[in-house]
Amino acid sequence: MIGQHVTVLRNKRDLGTLIHTRRPILPLLPALTLLFMLGPVVAGIWGTLLPAFGHLPAAGLTGPSLEPFRALFDWPGLPRAALLSVTTGIGATVVSLAVVTLLLAGWSGTRQFRVLERLLSPLLSVPHAAAAFGLAFLIAPSGWIARLLSPVMTGWDRPPDLLIVQDPLGLTMMVGLIIKEIPFLILISIAALGQAQAQNSVTIAQALGYGRVTGWLKTVFPRVYAQIRPPVYVVLAYSMSVVDVAVILGPNTPPTLSVQIVKWMSDPDLSMRLLAAAGAIMQLALVVGALAFWRLGEIAVAHFGRRWIASGARGKCDPIIAQVALFSGGASVLAVLFGLVVLAIWSVAGYWSFPDAFPDGFTSRNWTRHGPGAFAALGETGFIAVVVAISALVLTIGCLEAEYRHGLRVTQRAVWLLYLPLLVPQTAFLPGLQTLMLGIGAEVGRIPVMLAHLVFVLPYVFLSLSDPFRAWDTRTGTVAAALGASPDGVLWRVRLPMLLRPILTALAVGLAVSVGQYLPTLLIGGGRVATLTTEAIALASGGDRRAIGVYGLMQTGAALLPFAMALLVPTLVWRNRRGLRHE
Amino acid sequence: MKHLAVLAALLAPLPALADVNPADWDAVLAEATGQTVYWNAWGGSTTTNEFIAWVGDRVSAEYGVTLEHVKLTDTADAVTRVLSEKQAGEDDDGAIDMIWINGSNFAAMKDADLLFGPYAEDLPNWGLVDAEGKAVQTDFTVPVEGYESPWAMAQVVFVHNTETMPDRLGSMQALQDWAQANPGRFSYPQPPDFLGTTFLKQVLVDILDDPSVLATPATDENYDAVTAPLWAYLDELTPNLWREGKAYPATGTAMFPLIADGELDLSISFSPGAASTAIANYELPDTVRTFVLDKGTIGNASFVAIPYNSGSKAGAMVVADFLMSPEAQARAQDPAILGYGTVLNMDSLTAEDRAVFDGLELGIATLTPAELGTVQAEPHPSWMTRIADDWSARYGVAQ
Repeated sequence: MIGQHVTVLRNKRDLGTLIHTRRPILPLLPALTLLFMLGPVVAGIWGTLLPAFGHLPAAGLTGPSLEPFRALFDWPGLPRAALLSVTTGIGATVVSLAVVTLLLAGWSGTRQFRVLERLLSPLLSVPHAAAAFGLAFLIAPSGWIARLLSPVMTGWDRPPDLLIVQDPLGLTMMVGLIIKEIPFLILISIAALGQAQAQNSVTIAQALGYGRVTGWLKTVFPRVYAQIRPPVYVVLAYSMSVVDVAVILGPNTPPTLSVQIVKWMSDPDLSMRLLAAAGAIMQLALVVGALAFWRLGEIAVAHFGRRWIASGARGKCDPIIAQVALFSGGASVLAVLFGLVVLAIWSVAGYWSFPDAFPDGFTSRNWTRHGPGAFAALGETGFIAVVVAISALVLTIGCLEAEYRHGLRVTQRAVWLLYLPLLVPQTAFLPGLQTLMLGIGAEVGRIPVMLAHLVFVLPYVFLSLSDPFRAWDTRTGTVAAALGASPDGVLWRVRLPMLLRPILTALAVGLAVSVGQYLPTLLIGGGRVATLTTEAIALASGGDRRAIGVYGLMQTGAALLPFAMALLVPTLVWRNRRGLRHE
Repeated sequence: MKHLAVLAALLAPLPALADVNPADWDAVLAEATGQTVYWNAWGGSTTTNEFIAWVGDRVSAEYGVTLEHVKLTDTADAVTRVLSEKQAGEDDDGAIDMIWINGSNFAAMKDADLLFGPYAEDLPNWGLVDAEGKAVQTDFTVPVEGYESPWAMAQVVFVHNTETMPDRLGSMQALQDWAQANPGRFSYPQPPDFLGTTFLKQVLVDILDDPSVLATPATDENYDAVTAPLWAYLDELTPNLWREGKAYPATGTAMFPLIADGELDLSISFSPGAASTAIANYELPDTVRTFVLDKGTIGNASFVAIPYNSGSKAGAMVVADFLMSPEAQARAQDPAILGYGTVLNMDSLTAEDRAVFDGLELGIATLTPAELGTVQAEPHPSWMTRIADDWSARYGVAQ
């Protein structure tokens, strides 16, 4: 497993490796993977710490000094910007976790739940930016919902002057995060449920007179939560420091701290970089503080939960709670789906005045105008995503195979290492990484961007593939070895073909994560790397809804198509091998 | 190879390669062939993006120069980039070859020796530019001195939907009164967006009895007194703005959909032809018209500049020169394309070129040069920096 010391090779055959050279490369892969994943994070934080304490030799400034922090605390927007990061982050995490938990409690195993699950899986890969644009186009005062209801039901013949998108409390931004985090948490929880023997517990609890929701919460939730804790922490850290969703849906008077950090980074005045670095350290401290606060909350919930369990309450309100959870889950699915529909409509809209429900006419003009630029960006996006996802896949398979051949055990601590790059806020280390790269004269462009993407893609690919890879029945390998296959032969000719579907799914996850990356592409690419995501967010400031529709749809397609392939390809390849389809 | 280059740069910074001499245009053309020019320009406007793509096609066909549009959300990004490269010792082949630059960034870059030049007055098409009549020799009161070349003229116009707001307004005080009577129907882009700061300047220029003080740098002594009327004006206006001033549009183009939807009746633009162009693209209803104030409005030129560390200076100069050609200028002025004002002097053009300009249909919402009236000068950039900072502290945060 990653990060663990690789013991002495046990026999000569192990020297046969992934590539046929004398030097064994397989045992090195875990360390290499760790380096790719954590190296940029550590370097970036170092590159942030120095200027935060006034040390930026490139600008002729040598520290240490506390001047950057003094300047940060002088910024009048700081209290609200910092508070916004905390409230939107914790709010989005609490709400999405609550909806997911109650959905599972009230509905797991039912027909309605399977429908919801089928809808949610593809939504996981819809990029945050596209979902945020879709939501804005739906719920703004001039959005589709207002258009559909006006003027008959609302009496509005002009959009009302209501502050919905970019509200100062960041509520809309929270909703934008929640509709994307619910699919993530629910799919993670479903995976965890498999190991929790949930059905038995719930059956016993119900036999004892507990309501469905209460019984589930009291018997299953503690076991499930223990397993989904790392991803919940990731959701919290991500929601507190997100930039793209905050740019599209978040307030601007002032913006969240992360958005302000990116603004400072792009100020022509170099001293603003010190301010940005100090802000980045503050962002990191906020996230660490919020995680600690969350941990205390866990202890408190556990404490009161035990009392609640001991009280023996059977749960009177269960049916209502279950209905509310189903409604929230359904609304979240519909918000993303209809958001994509309204993006599609805008992408082909002619003149569309308020309060018409649909445009006067449909035209291909928007696609002929924006199509060439969008397809060029698609090429760049696809190239980066394919290289990054395949690299992540090779490293992951190498790590897992090394773990298998050398009999390494996975500890809980090692699992946390995987989550580390996702827990450190992007705005805390990417600015530092950019400053460092400039300092050593490294070229900006595609390759550094790919390395930066790899930091975020690797953990997801690893998490996606590790369970199916480890669950593979090793007796199959023993049989193959008995028939004379080498360890490499077993890997290439037996294990990987049998795992085709999970491997393609992991690849699709990697592609989707890479497609959605905004900040790494923007900061590390130095503006020269134009992907669908950076182009779409650049359009956000111009407010051209037709262009945003085209780019948002392309972005979604680029992330969704690999998942469709991951479903389709194994079915075609194994059309005469039912047992290999993993259906 | 790359390692060697890095090593060499670390050991002893190489002297900058001799730059091509702008006065020797044949040499410039020869060197430009095959070069790639990274033009960093704001990427939020589809029409501008399309125009830049067209320029790319033309210079590629004509001069063998490849033009790549690096789309920015904020011009300051490009300035930061050049600054960082200078700090890092990247003096020969920076990431940026040309910047669509605004006055305050130009002042900052010129001041810090980050620009290549002087070159602008050596470009062949400079002879066609209306150097006397149009404000192309100074940029926000900072002398240009050939360190940037103009490619479009801009002037503040107010954009109104005549269906809901039939009459023009004559002054900023009239705007105040109108906003009071029609709350929530006007907004301006959030400073430090350049159009937002331009609105603030326009307010100040219009309400001051004697705006000449703005031509000299702001001082600690006069700043508070001169800007006091501005803050009084804004304190009164803000509650009557769209969303009561709790949110602002990000940019000027972001206000077009708000007018089209009927959220706004009035907005501001720095491009006299932009409204006509937007009508042609279905982005605005055809009832939209533009007006200027009785005392005139602020105007300036759009420039491009070449960073000192561009590796494709010759290519960048060829693009800068092409931007000032009658062909490119006429296309930019066409409201169906961009609707930008030309920087050329009509009297310097050949009859053939002039006929192209005369044949342009300016569009229903575009004022004629005569109607645009007096062009007021931009205040010194020092005013803008302080006003933008103060605006952020007063209205941009912590309300």
